[in-house]
Amino acid sequence: MRHRFDFDTFREIGDSLFRNKRRTILTGFGIFWGLFMLLFLVGGGKGLKQSLSLTFEGFASNTMVMISSNTSKPYKGMKEGRYWQLNRKDVERLRLLMPELDVVAPMVSNWGLTAEYKGNTTSCAIKGISGNYHKVEAPKLKYGRTIRDADVEQERKVCVIGKRVYNDLFPQGGDPCGTFIQVGSVFFQIIGVDFSSGNISISGSASESVMVPFSVAATLFKRGNNVDIICVTGKPGIKMSSLEPRVRSIMAREHLFDPTDDQAMVVLNTEQVFSIMDNLFRGVNFLIWLVGIGTLLAGAVGVSNIMMVTVRERTIEIGIRRAIGAVPRDILSQIIWESVLLTLTAGSAGIVFSVLILNVVERIVPQAVTFQISFWTAVLAALLLSVLGVLAGLAPAMRAMKVKPVDAMRDE
Amino acid sequence: MLIELKGVHKTYDNGQPLHVLKGIDLQIEKGEFVSIMGASGSGKSTLLNILGILDNYDEGEYHLAGKLIKNLSERESATYRNRMIGFVFQSFNLIGFKTAVENVELPLFYQGVNRHRRHEAAMAYLEKMGLTDWASHYPNEMSGGQKQRVAIARALITHPEIILADEPTGALDSKTSVEVMELLTRLNREDGVTIIVVTHESGVANCADKIVHIKDGLIERVEDNRLHHASQFGTDTIMK
Repeated sequence: MRHRFDFDTFREIGDSLFRNKRRTILTGFGIFWGLFMLLFLVGGGKGLKQSLSLTFEGFASNTMVMISSNTSKPYKGMKEGRYWQLNRKDVERLRLLMPELDVVAPMVSNWGLTAEYKGNTTSCAIKGISGNYHKVEAPKLKYGRTIRDADVEQERKVCVIGKRVYNDLFPQGGDPCGTFIQVGSVFFQIIGVDFSSGNISISGSASESVMVPFSVAATLFKRGNNVDIICVTGKPGIKMSSLEPRVRSIMAREHLFDPTDDQAMVVLNTEQVFSIMDNLFRGVNFLIWLVGIGTLLAGAVGVSNIMMVTVRERTIEIGIRRAIGAVPRDILSQIIWESVLLTLTAGSAGIVFSVLILNVVERIVPQAVTFQISFWTAVLAALLLSVLGVLAGLAPAMRAMKVKPVDAMRDE
Repeated sequence: MLIELKGVHKTYDNGQPLHVLKGIDLQIEKGEFVSIMGASGSGKSTLLNILGILDNYDEGEYHLAGKLIKNLSERESATYRNRMIGFVFQSFNLIGFKTAVENVELPLFYQGVNRHRRHEAAMAYLEKMGLTDWASHYPNEMSGGQKQRVAIARALITHPEIILADEPTGALDSKTSVEVMELLTRLNREDGVTIIVVTHESGVANCADKIVHIKDGLIERVEDNRLHHASQFGTDTIMK
């Protein structure tokens, strides 16, 4: 009596698979395709998520942006529809009253302007920012430095230009720091180039902006004390959504609008945006695994089904094996191992093929995004496969066990 | 006594009971060459299945080499089949995707003999059958006679107590039929292999030393045929 799994047994199983190529290929294809689909979808979802995340590149995930708007409720004898404006005092006020805040950065901006350098022109927006704005939207400095507090205090006419502005004005490339560009009627000296490709746009995206000191822009656009936008970030561990009501009530008290009037001040909370994104991708991921595993299961059922038919076809062969001394367990393990070997081989081919295709996709997509599945995803997939292989082999193996040796005696 | 059957009954119950064997008593000594003859439906195939431990019986006793063969588990019967019985089938029943030598090796595979020794033994038997050159051919590349000789090699490889041949010439022409029967006779004469051939062809039956006639589930008579004159047609050749 022999019940061990050795090289001989493995060869016996391999022979019966590889000498019946057509049958094997047909059976294995379902698994191959299922695994390919699963991994391709997982990789694709991952890449898509990354590519969307690039949109938020450099943006602090706990940022809140405040913009004044028309009131929608009458308050203290004032009509609805009244316009009010944020001002520099609000910046100080928030700094003093809300110690949970890390950065309070005011901004004034103007767009639809034209920048010019030696005959090259481009449209751009000017953003007047404070020295701490880089903590809200992290720049990817290609050259030079960011706007600093000293630039704001001394009202220096300096600027940091975005990627598109740089490409349009300096098509020949090179470090532009120190040169002067003209925006509108004013000359600014370039002190830095920001290559950030984030697509979140607060008064225009970074790549199309010319960033200048806040004080310079305020004077240039004759804003006086007024501020267009205030950006705040929370200290680490602070949830911005929990601060929002207090910020609103501080502003409402100061600017005399109804604290319950949500439309009087537009508040953009990146934390919310990020959580919406996260939820979206959790949903997408769920769908991907559902579809992928569904396809894989369909493949396994296919394997089981075809093996069921083959067992019927192989009645004589199994009968012969039984007649010359195979015990039922020999037949059982033969069919199950055939199924496992088949699913593993076909599945591995699926893994290799999906890795290959994802690699190609990665090369084609211009963004620097990883589509490739991780090593552990592949390991998990392989484990899943072995389990599926055993399960798929179970029903056909049970049927094969029922074949009686007498069946070999019958004529075909 | 190698084979001893006492009052063996077998009834099939497919819808309505069919009493196939109605009390078979049979003794076969080691080294005998016996043929079992009977018309279809006489119960000879059922008897062969019982002799080959492929099927159970309801009543009576069957001793094979001193062992009572009754109510065995699947595993026990598989082991006995593997060790004590070599089968030769009418339709050869070789596995199509295995070469001749692999087919011959298969019973030893289920005994757990290692690949090298299996191969040597199989090659030795193929040589004995004059098929050395055909060892690596697949069954569909061989003639009927060659296939049957491969099957005989497969039956012999485990040194069984008996060779059970079910219509071994049923699918062969008369010339190869003679060859196969001569081969079986030689094995019996020279190597002392016990051979039981089930057939309905009198010419084939005539090769044996003893002919057991079965009719309607009973042994009609046992004929001593050591002179091989049982069939008037069988003296020189096998009638097809």
